[in-house]
Amino acid sequence: MNAIASDALRPELPLAVSEAGPAPKRIVVTYGFWVFILSDIVMFAALFATYAVLVHATAGGAAGSQLFNQVSVAVETGCLLLSSYTCGLMSLAINAKRHVATYAAAIATFVLGAAFLGLEIHEFADMIARGATPQSSAFLSAFFTLVGCHGLHVTVGLIWLAVMMAQVAAHDFTAAVTRRLLCFALFWHALDIIWICLFTFVYLMGVRP
Amino acid sequence: MSEVQYGDPAQMNALHDRAPGDQPAAPEEEKSSGVLIFTIGLFLAVILTATSFWVANTTLLWGPGIALGLAVLAIAQMGVHLVFFLHITTGPDNTNNVLALAFGILIVFLVVAGSLWIMGDLSNMMPSMSMPVR
Repeated sequence: MNAIASDALRPELPLAVSEAGPAPKRIVVTYGFWVFILSDIVMFAALFATYAVLVHATAGGAAGSQLFNQVSVAVETGCLLLSSYTCGLMSLAINAKRHVATYAAAIATFVLGAAFLGLEIHEFADMIARGATPQSSAFLSAFFTLVGCHGLHVTVGLIWLAVMMAQVAAHDFTAAVTRRLLCFALFWHALDIIWICLFTFVYLMGVRP
Repeated sequence: MSEVQYGDPAQMNALHDRAPGDQPAAPEEEKSSGVLIFTIGLFLAVILTATSFWVANTTLLWGPGIALGLAVLAIAQMGVHLVFFLHITTGPDNTNNVLALAFGILIVFLVVAGSLWIMGDLSNMMPSMSMPVR
């Protein structure tokens, strides 16, 4: 705080990093959340490694090439990619403190994310109805754990987004609310990055016999 | 410490690293540049995704190379997302974010490559390789 004040008094003198004081809370909190996201990605790496080790262990049951529906995966990919884009537009609207644009982008993000989740639940239900349950082979256990864990993250993200919109409505764009919204944007973009790995390494490589 | 003064990201970026996910500080008259960055990112991501789906289904390409091609496309798209959506750059105000990301990538590489290496070795030493793991 002192750094900013003295900087305003003597604008011609740039402050050394050692004199600048601790970083603002917005940077510290977001950086901490960035480290959390990276640790989350490390957890997904373990699940991906498990899947890669067990992908051929189908126990005589159906393999991925018989189970995966590429059209459904393509639509899911489009939904999540577009919701990542609208989430970015929401960040811009938040920085400009525009309420209507923020709500509109948040609703678009929520609807696209919910569409993704609905398609994934439908896909899971379809697989289970055909007898491909998580209990039937090591491959399917790893598949449902990996993809289900991503779906769980999307679910948490949707709840978080709804809570954040309630906070914007109740508190407006205070420093705390914009900080949380920045963390949410990081989380949502990271989920899309994990989905890139999922549709490439699980689905597209899985549909090839 | 009051945090109300720190509302303007451009002011904070003068002294400290940029928060991950924050936009680069743009001049006031360039308000539309943020939309442009996200739109370029979306455009590139759509192209890369469409190429991935095409590569997975085509018969024009050499079969054994397709897995490698898909991996390259996925890594390229992750790069596009990091740069255009998360605004991770090589700029001097981004050093901490990039270092954390580099460490994360190192651990991801160790976990995935190490698991595949060890488990591949183990299954090679199994007496009956034709039996599927149950």
